[in-house]
Amino acid sequence: MSAPTHDPLTLSLSVNGETHDVRVPARKLLSDVLRDDLGLTGTHVGCEHGVCGACTVLIDGRPARACLTFAAQMEGHEVTTVEAMGRPDALSALQQALHEEHGLQCGFCTPGIVVTFEHYLRENPDPTAEEVRNVLSGNLCRCTGYQNIVAAVLKAAARMRGEAA
Amino acid sequence: MKPAPFTYHRPASLAEALALLRTHGPAAKPIAGGQSLGPMLNMRLARPGHLIDLNDLIELDRVRVKEDMLEIGALTRHHRLANAPEVQRSLPLLGAAAASIGHYAIRQRGTIGGSLAHADPAAQLPLIAVTLGATLVISGPAGTREVAAADFLQSIMTVDLRDGELITALRFPLPVGDLWAFEAFSRRHGDFALVSVALSFARDAEGKIDALRLGLGGVDTVPLRLPEIEARAQGRLADEDTIRDLAAATAAAIAPEDSAKVPAVYRRELAETLVIRAFQSALTREEGA
Ligand SMILES: Cc1cc2nc3c(=O)[nH]c(=O)nc-3n(C[C@@H](O)[C@H](O)[C@H](O)COP(=O)(O)OP(=O)(O)OC[C@H]3O[C@@H](n4cnc5c(N)ncnc54)[C@H](O)[C@@H]3O)c2cc1C
Ligand code: FES
Ligand code: FES
Repeated sequence: MSAPTHDPLTLSLSVNGETHDVRVPARKLLSDVLRDDLGLTGTHVGCEHGVCGACTVLIDGRPARACLTFAAQMEGHEVTTVEAMGRPDALSALQQALHEEHGLQCGFCTPGIVVTFEHYLRENPDPTAEEVRNVLSGNLCRCTGYQNIVAAVLKAAARMRGEAA
Repeated sequence: MKPAPFTYHRPASLAEALALLRTHGPAAKPIAGGQSLGPMLNMRLARPGHLIDLNDLIELDRVRVKEDMLEIGALTRHHRLANAPEVQRSLPLLGAAAASIGHYAIRQRGTIGGSLAHADPAAQLPLIAVTLGATLVISGPAGTREVAAADFLQSIMTVDLRDGELITALRFPLPVGDLWAFEAFSRRHGDFALVSVALSFARDAEGKIDALRLGLGGVDTVPLRLPEIEARAQGRLADEDTIRDLAAATAAAIAPEDSAKVPAVYRRELAETLVIRAFQSALTREEGA
């Protein structure tokens, strides 16, 4: 498909299994379209250059920075945001473990961490603490200290494997 | 920080992408993974009038072994390089270097073509391409040409890419030595390395070094391969004395930039230490195998 593109574009985006039609400029970042146009404010925006990880979403099931992606690029792809992962009355195993282990304070970084590890624990259900730290290095947290987040991820992994933890 | 306005194009084939580049000339910029161009657009360090999205050119996302080379399409992502069985088998050095790029989410999107075109002097894949003598395949208005990675990379973020050209693949010659290591030092995990070392060699029946390839990143405006050190190593036992001698000679052979943040003497010592470590980890890996 190479339809000529005039601003604003009319896009059909698939987010969390629902199709949304939006009219946005080509230069609008996926993170901004999710927040401003779709009201999905769980995707946070920190640095806008790929460093902090707060804007991480899944694109076709794989973690990616929404601030380094244009919404226009997402037609024909599947975007999944933190809104699709657990809900207040039914937290996911990872969210529950973050809660129990005090893995968050202000929670600004938390959506990016949840999105990243919901995917990662499917790819690697039994990670070592070192592997968790390696992946977590892509998500900056200013207030908690990473110790509790690592503990939460390992606890969630054990529970997801069906072990008591 | 938001990008300046541009017109977005999503070609469905290489031919269409090349035609768009030709039509829009220097105002057009290709985007692959967007992991380097994205920040530059957001900070308005780049303000192309036309963005040509390469992500639908799935023909450029491929890893293929031919008898004497490993051919990797320009749109192959770092995560795939790090995990592809063909890479693990024939060029594990390339896989290990790809696995160490930035962060997990960055590796899912970033591509080898984008990394070479961006030409950050501290980046992993340009270093591996230079060390292993890779060739870039480039398509453009004048047809297809091939250029050695060492000639392609001209200076910091400056490459031999002419108007309307796209990198389509990298070709790595095979075989290479079965002993290898990639060592890098950065201040914070996932940051660009201050200095990095890529090493590949074989040993003969008597344990003597054969066909050494040694490359250094972060010590010049481009990754360097060090033929004089490679020659110095040829036919010597890979023992402690040799390794220390090669490391010291490497440190003496480079002239890193001197800055207040990272003095030249620091990079030099780092290079020496990393060369020793690289030999040691290559040899340890052999014993473990
Ligand atoms: C937080 C963070 C940390 C990072 N850490 C590292 C690191 O440690 N090591 C490292 O090496 N890199 C690192 N990177 C950058 C790296 O991940 C990128 O993958 C890579 O440098 C660019 O690849 P890309 O496919 O994303 O290219 P893009 O960003 O899409 O493009 C980069 C440049 O290449 C051009 N281009 C892209 N494809 C082609 C092609 N086929 N032909 C011609 N020109 C082309 C574009 O026009 C642009 O000028 C990091 C990035 C971020 C955001
Ligand atoms: S806002 Fe996207 S990585 Fe920081
Ligand atoms: S909990 Fe505040 S930034 Fe992580």
